[in-house]
Amino acid sequence: MRRAITAAEAATLIADGSSLMFGGFMGVGTPERLIDAIVERGVRGLTIIGNDTARPGVGVGKLIDAGCVAHVIVSHIGTNPVTQKKMIDGEMRVELVPQGTLIGRIHAGGSGLGGILTPTGVGSVVEEGKQIIETGGRRYLLELPLRADFALIRAHEADYNCNLTYRLTATNFNPVIALAADCVIAEPDEIVPVGVIPPDAVRTPGVLVHHLVERPR
Amino acid sequence: MDAPGMDPKEIIARRVALELRDHSLVNLGIGLPTMVARYVPAGMDVAFQSENGIIGFGAPPPHGMEDPNLTDAGGGFISALPGAASFDSLMSFALIRGGHLDMTVLGGLQVDATGRLANWMVPGKLVPGMGGAMDLVAGARRVIVAMQHSAGGKSKIVPELTLPPTADRRVSLVVTDMAVIEPTDGGLVLRERAPGVSVAEIVAATGATLLIIGEVPEMPIQTTKPLASLPV
Repeated sequence: MRRAITAAEAATLIADGSSLMFGGFMGVGTPERLIDAIVERGVRGLTIIGNDTARPGVGVGKLIDAGCVAHVIVSHIGTNPVTQKKMIDGEMRVELVPQGTLIGRIHAGGSGLGGILTPTGVGSVVEEGKQIIETGGRRYLLELPLRADFALIRAHEADYNCNLTYRLTATNFNPVIALAADCVIAEPDEIVPVGVIPPDAVRTPGVLVHHLVERPR
Repeated sequence: MDAPGMDPKEIIARRVALELRDHSLVNLGIGLPTMVARYVPAGMDVAFQSENGIIGFGAPPPHGMEDPNLTDAGGGFISALPGAASFDSLMSFALIRGGHLDMTVLGGLQVDATGRLANWMVPGKLVPGMGGAMDLVAGARRVIVAMQHSAGGKSKIVPELTLPPTADRRVSLVVTDMAVIEPTDGGLVLRERAPGVSVAEIVAATGATLLIIGEVPEMPIQTTKPLASLPV
């Protein structure tokens, strides 16, 4: 059993230059209270890894607005003009990765795999500098595993064993990044007593989670 | 040159909808492709996937009934139809890449004479990122490109791509406001004309060579009423 901590306490764990994976698709399923606490703490030089950079003022868009981020690894930045401006001005490095490849690399990083072979990106700029492996008559790119110092998760319910559930399309990257970071911090909408979440409903087993953030007041 | 009273995008969406098959799983790109869901033929059972993790979504709920955890790939509110399933991004892209997705409809910036698609960036101008587009083109059984025939007076169907390709795969079909074109081993075959558009007009408006085999029929566009329960 684990005692929940405040978002501000969780943010003190994150140092300048850390790499963070985050859940969220256009900000849906992003742990907003943790993001606010990191902005408040004024961390600098972060590498952030997730699906997209949402919009200014939303999700990780807040980290970008506040100048916390040096390097972004995502599949899409089209909805955030601040990301594009900082990329063009050279303030921030942006690495674009196809969405299926990104989630596959994170899964590989968290599940002991040496990488994935994917047909995605063959014949495009994505293949540049990568090993192409032909097997079963088809060409694949070898895409390497991805891990981070921290995973910031938005869950629906948690119990004090840190078992987690998710809701609908707020699930997205969350259960996968829980595998792939040295320190996993979960921000649930609700914390329930141990035993309330049926075992079949648990999407992330609590053993993967290091810190639980208090429920919203 | 367009059908009387019909918006070019509506022509495209209505024609693409005729490619839908019963009991199929379909992914619609953001923008014009999303309009295809308005014209699902009556009685047809099509499951729509949104890449952010749901199959079986419906129209945006009434104002005040939105669920912040239920959105489409553009971040807009949607509803879940009875029987819908939600899942994480690993499952979503296993479905997309693994041969489980019957069809995807994507927008396009260019298609070339070999049927290759460019739809994710314009160097120096527009760098939104590929999102799920490269996975969709690599993995869907059929890839349908739904786009306007020309942009700014220039044909989007070109001899060779000048924009970065999305994949090395040949797309299955290209549907524009002027024509239906099928890329084949021999080249781009003109299959259909939009209502009221002549073969000569299409050839004149197309940058790449079109193969014309016999009589080219008009698009058999239906006038199916939009289904209120489907996303728009």
